[in-house]
Amino acid sequence: MDKLKSVSFDDLDAIEIGAAILGTGGGGNPYIGKLRCREELKKGNKIDVIPLHELKDDALVVSLGGIGAPVVGIEKMEEGEECLRAMRALEKECNCKIDALISSEIGGANSMEPMLTAAQAGIPVVDGDGMGRAFPEMQMCTWSIYGHKSAPAAMADEKGNILVIRDTIDEIWVEKLARSGVVTMGAAAGIAMAPMRGSFVKNYAIPYTITQALSLGQSVIKANKENTDPIETVLAHENGKLLMTGKIVDLERHLKGGFAVGQILLEGFGDYQSHKGSIDLQNEFLVFRRNGEMEVCVPDLIVVLDSETGFPIGTELLRYGQRIAVLGLPCHQLLRTAKALEVIGPKAFGYHDLDYKPM
Amino acid sequence: MYRIGIDVGGTNTDAVVMQNEKVLLGVKNPTTEDVMTGVINSLEEVIKETEISKGEIRSVMIGTTHFTNAVVERQRLSQTASVRLCLPAAQCLPPMVDWPEDIKSSVGGNFWMAKGGNEFDGREISSVDEEELIGIAEEIGKKNIESIAICSVFSPVNDEMEKKALKILQNKLPQADFTLSSEIGRLGILERENAAIMNASLRNLGKKTVDAFGQALKTLGITCPYFITQNDGTLMSADFAKSYPVLTFASGPTNSMRGASFLTGEQNAIVVDVGGTSTDVGALIKGFPRPASTSVDVGGVRTNFRMPDVYSIALGGGSIINKTQDIKVGPKSVGFNIHKESMIFGGSTTTATDIAVGLGIVDIGNPDPAKALGNDLLVSVKDKIDEMIINAVERMRVSSEKIPVLAVGGGSILIPEKVGDLPVVKPENFAVANAVGAAIGQISGEVDRIFSLSDKSRDEVLEEAKDEATKKAISAGADPDTIELLDQEDVPLAYLPGNATRVRLKVVGALNG
Repeated sequence: MDKLKSVSFDDLDAIEIGAAILGTGGGGNPYIGKLRCREELKKGNKIDVIPLHELKDDALVVSLGGIGAPVVGIEKMEEGEECLRAMRALEKECNCKIDALISSEIGGANSMEPMLTAAQAGIPVVDGDGMGRAFPEMQMCTWSIYGHKSAPAAMADEKGNILVIRDTIDEIWVEKLARSGVVTMGAAAGIAMAPMRGSFVKNYAIPYTITQALSLGQSVIKANKENTDPIETVLAHENGKLLMTGKIVDLERHLKGGFAVGQILLEGFGDYQSHKGSIDLQNEFLVFRRNGEMEVCVPDLIVVLDSETGFPIGTELLRYGQRIAVLGLPCHQLLRTAKALEVIGPKAFGYHDLDYKPM
Repeated sequence: MYRIGIDVGGTNTDAVVMQNEKVLLGVKNPTTEDVMTGVINSLEEVIKETEISKGEIRSVMIGTTHFTNAVVERQRLSQTASVRLCLPAAQCLPPMVDWPEDIKSSVGGNFWMAKGGNEFDGREISSVDEEELIGIAEEIGKKNIESIAICSVFSPVNDEMEKKALKILQNKLPQADFTLSSEIGRLGILERENAAIMNASLRNLGKKTVDAFGQALKTLGITCPYFITQNDGTLMSADFAKSYPVLTFASGPTNSMRGASFLTGEQNAIVVDVGGTSTDVGALIKGFPRPASTSVDVGGVRTNFRMPDVYSIALGGGSIINKTQDIKVGPKSVGFNIHKESMIFGGSTTTATDIAVGLGIVDIGNPDPAKALGNDLLVSVKDKIDEMIINAVERMRVSSEKIPVLAVGGGSILIPEKVGDLPVVKPENFAVANAVGAAIGQISGEVDRIFSLSDKSRDEVLEEAKDEATKKAISAGADPDTIELLDQEDVPLAYLPGNATRVRLKVVGALNG
């Protein structure tokens, strides 16, 4: 597929599906973001996309998005220009003019937010992101992993409050301060992180993930329309591997440190009869095991799809008895380096006895 | 004393008379344009045949798809005003933003956004501004709109703002009907607001229809109270139903599943309801349908109602068989014309019913042309039908436990003796299971909101939620002594420190008196 130059009204449905698949169960639902992008396009604004390689080395690029709890996002929707205000506050703080925006997380709701803000600000959004999937915390993006300092970062709520985190001792503190700030702001806000140079973004962004989400979503829609196997389609598109088709026979979710943590147990069917699978989750799917042996784990993508339609199922919508297909999709090389694995490998999620082995 | 259950469907109006746990009689009559005549016909018939005295009828329970059909057909809907209390939040997407254009214009597409709304923890986003709402009331008055939906951010957590706005608007618009979103839906502002607007647009029809039911009973000299069933299989009073017609959505499949449970005595089962064109498969848990976990479209509008989780396949008694190498059953059906077009009734189309007759599973019509299809073909088609049913049941099955399959509906002759490893139960009165489901309706109370766990334990929070739900059930007419917990679920809120949890909990009890 050619690299995207702009996002049209009709592209949004496909991006919604593609982004939800790359969300690996988490990342929040992109539905509201999709509707907002539609409204923005109806107003006559445009979502211009700049292919990663066309970015100028000295361009100033800002990674921004919504921060908060997904369940709050579906109730207290945004005023609409939170991220734009955060971006303006950042420009003021840094005394600079931002040239382009980029998503820190293509998986889930934050795939849409930078497109929306870019349309409002009249600047392009970069075709790429900082995760190539979804992760629960901000320091888990490639910018932080490869040495970018997220502070100063600016947050804006719907009321007009602005919070600037001017400096922190490390990346985790940006996450910590932003997280407590957003709770006071009512658990929904926009956040923009310190500008990056184009040269840095070109080296460390997961490339062309808007194009990827779009064409992935389009292929699922097409498979459903033409009655071909959507699971095969996704596998072919992402060079992935079918791990198992099975039925959820047990499901456990509980709260740990502000995250939804749990495990699902699967009994295989079809070619996987008599296989017993399990998936650990912490907002996103983290580890897949077959008969007790780890097969795929973070940062590779574990994706759960409805076995018939190929539509993704988020961790909040999992339930007993569902028939699902579990897919493993290889993550980008940038997420597989020793440096990256320190932050997003299995040990970073508390699996001290697990070693990452690329699928 | 007797109870009468009525199911007003798109095609038939069924009625059953029940005495305690026993079904005395069930009848079917065509649904009429005015609804009322069909109800009168069925009622008259059951009363006459069972020779019960009208004075001994304790209550009448009515299930209806009338309001769902109005939305689907975009007919009989009133002009509606939607008022959202949210500013400065939530203005990025206006009310009805994701509605199909035709239904949006059927209700007028009128909306206002005003100050108000709460945060997730109950703090105010902003206070209600009386002057602002008075201004909105004037604009609504000028447009002669008489039904208004009010939706405030986080109203399932705190409904004070919606009530405050109601007072202000009502003062200026004393003739208008009001719908508060907090009384209808759950968290998810777009979906809850959609439900509130649909409800407001149905208020006028609700009044007319429920009054017509009352009029039908009055005409026949039946003076007992009557109830309408809602989507979770529980009852609402006639007055309540006039105000909340939207709560009847999906009561059809619910009643049929609840009826199947009652007729067989099974509490945990898979219900397979085979009609002429399609088969609905659902799961019963403790005698109630398992609710769907995703949002459900009604006529193209997204809602977050507790709809039963129903999986439909295109298999029915009238399904047309494609007899080529690759045997296909459906999706086309001869539908109501089965009495003309199927082979056993002298037609030339091979239907699923012909296969059942050809194999001697059931004896209707003339079996000869069906038998002439040959045993090989009959058996392979039957295998295909069995496979379709097995797959649908497997999909809805909740555990590896061997729970029974309950077969109801006119086409249930197609269901094999066993579905995979599950036994099949076919009750008497299977054709009127939905009217039975209405007759056995109970009263419920429900809570769905976010609780803080910072100064309370999880158990204390669940207890508090149960008390709240119990109070709601009692005020809706439940007998306090019979109330039991039906369903509870607590979902921790991701990404939020401070231990907040969303509790959904429901209790049910027998109807008082």
